[in-house]
Amino acid sequence: MSATRMMLAGFGGQGILFAGKLLAYAGMLANKNVSWLPSYGPEMRGGTANCAVIVSDEEIGSPLVPAPDVLLALNLPSFEKFEPAVEAGGLIVFDSSLIPQTSQRTDVTVCAVNATSMASDEGLNGLANMIMIGKFLRASGLFDLDTVFRALEKCVPPSKAALLEKNKQAISLGYNA
Amino acid sequence: MSEKVLMKGNEALAEAAIRCGCTHFFGYPITPQTELSEYMAKQMPKRGGLYLQAESEIAAINMVLGAASAGVRVMTSSSSPGISLKCEGISYLIGSDLPCVIVNMQRGGPGLGGIQPAQSDYFQATRALGHGDGHAIVLAPATVQEVVNTTTLAFDLADIYRTPVMILGDGALGQMMEPIDFAEVPRRQCPAKDWACTGTGMKRPHNIVNSLYIQPEDLERLVEERFERYAKIEAEEALWEEQNTEDTELVLVAYGITARIAKSAMNMAREKGLKVGLVRPITLWPFPKKPLDKLSATAKRFLCVELSMGQMVEDVRLVVNGRAPVDFFGRTGGMLMTPAELLAQIEERMGK
Repeated sequence: MSATRMMLAGFGGQGILFAGKLLAYAGMLANKNVSWLPSYGPEMRGGTANCAVIVSDEEIGSPLVPAPDVLLALNLPSFEKFEPAVEAGGLIVFDSSLIPQTSQRTDVTVCAVNATSMASDEGLNGLANMIMIGKFLRASGLFDLDTVFRALEKCVPPSKAALLEKNKQAISLGYNA
Repeated sequence: MSEKVLMKGNEALAEAAIRCGCTHFFGYPITPQTELSEYMAKQMPKRGGLYLQAESEIAAINMVLGAASAGVRVMTSSSSPGISLKCEGISYLIGSDLPCVIVNMQRGGPGLGGIQPAQSDYFQATRALGHGDGHAIVLAPATVQEVVNTTTLAFDLADIYRTPVMILGDGALGQMMEPIDFAEVPRRQCPAKDWACTGTGMKRPHNIVNSLYIQPEDLERLVEERFERYAKIEAEEALWEEQNTEDTELVLVAYGITARIAKSAMNMAREKGLKVGLVRPITLWPFPKKPLDKLSATAKRFLCVELSMGQMVEDVRLVVNGRAPVDFFGRTGGMLMTPAELLAQIEERMGK
């Protein structure tokens, strides 16, 4: 059974849910089954936020991701919470600007990316999430860039169309980092 | 083929309702259902409908009663504590034979409880959505596409049988996004609402919508007539899904989000060579007795899985009626079991 179970986690406001939605849309455009399940409640208002995304060739049973194949972590509490749960052979991508430590695990692939600093240096404030997505795409090969760019066009509402290019720029930046 | 879109269960339900002719929505916000009201608030005014945030759940359900009396397609939505408040009104709707759709995106209880997904309102939904002899049809979708399809079905069944219909979801189903296709939704033929209070135009006698019958002979006759309708619903409208039930030793019984976890656990068990199957009720009232009755003759045991301390398990036991052991496994308070946790329960019960 070919399924990729992903956990994206960080603070509310970092665009965690949006990044997850982008991956889910890309999965849909690639004709896969997908599910997206957010944490909800008080954590949306300033606390930690996370979402579970599954991309699968098969029908998706439980939408929960207790043991992710992929972890994208954008803050320390999320990293500490989910890093031990990642499946052996899995992938961890984390924002090393915000997480001052790394994984000691030897059974997973670990990618550090200075996403928040890079975003700020390149005038892409608030787009560390997309830099993370770019890095993840390069490391995993789950989708090609073109599919993700098409998904982006579906996810960005017409009222924010001006941000489309910046999002693409951030994804490319992460992809080539 | 039309284009698929990715939507949350709550939003997809609202969109499906509007697409099948729901023109009136009365609600009051509560997590984890709020996106449904929010979507209605944005869309209804643009699409010729009416959205009204009432001052309370009690007010909202009584506005539903008024709008339903006038023959429009009307809906309200809430989550567990809010549904308790609506129960008086739902009983009046049942007693007045009024079609409407009521959504419960369940959260943990009792009391204010929590805001995470639960299935602990099964008894309330299937046994007592208010006082008196009566039922509402209860539909329990398990995917966002099924949310869309059952919403349409809910409005059609409400009109066909002149009864309130409840869509019983949970916080996870309301919050999660999956791809949906609105073009795939089947429709039913619905009768004209010649009973509705739409004004006589001085051309016909008054229609009266009422649930007060002082003469016991009259009330008994009306309730009995309503139960004849219920018998027809039980005979014709039960819906369920079965998987791997041909050679099953252990039958999982689960609905809604829990059925998805059960499917994952079943697939894991099958990979280990365990003969596990699944019956997933889609209608909770009428409860799908047929598949469980049939399997009672061949299966060694049943395991009912719920996000509660054990409610639907009583309906399973009523059908199985002592022919095989019916076990229960549940999590409650907003906790969900993992497929691995359920697999361990399956293995233990099969002596592996």
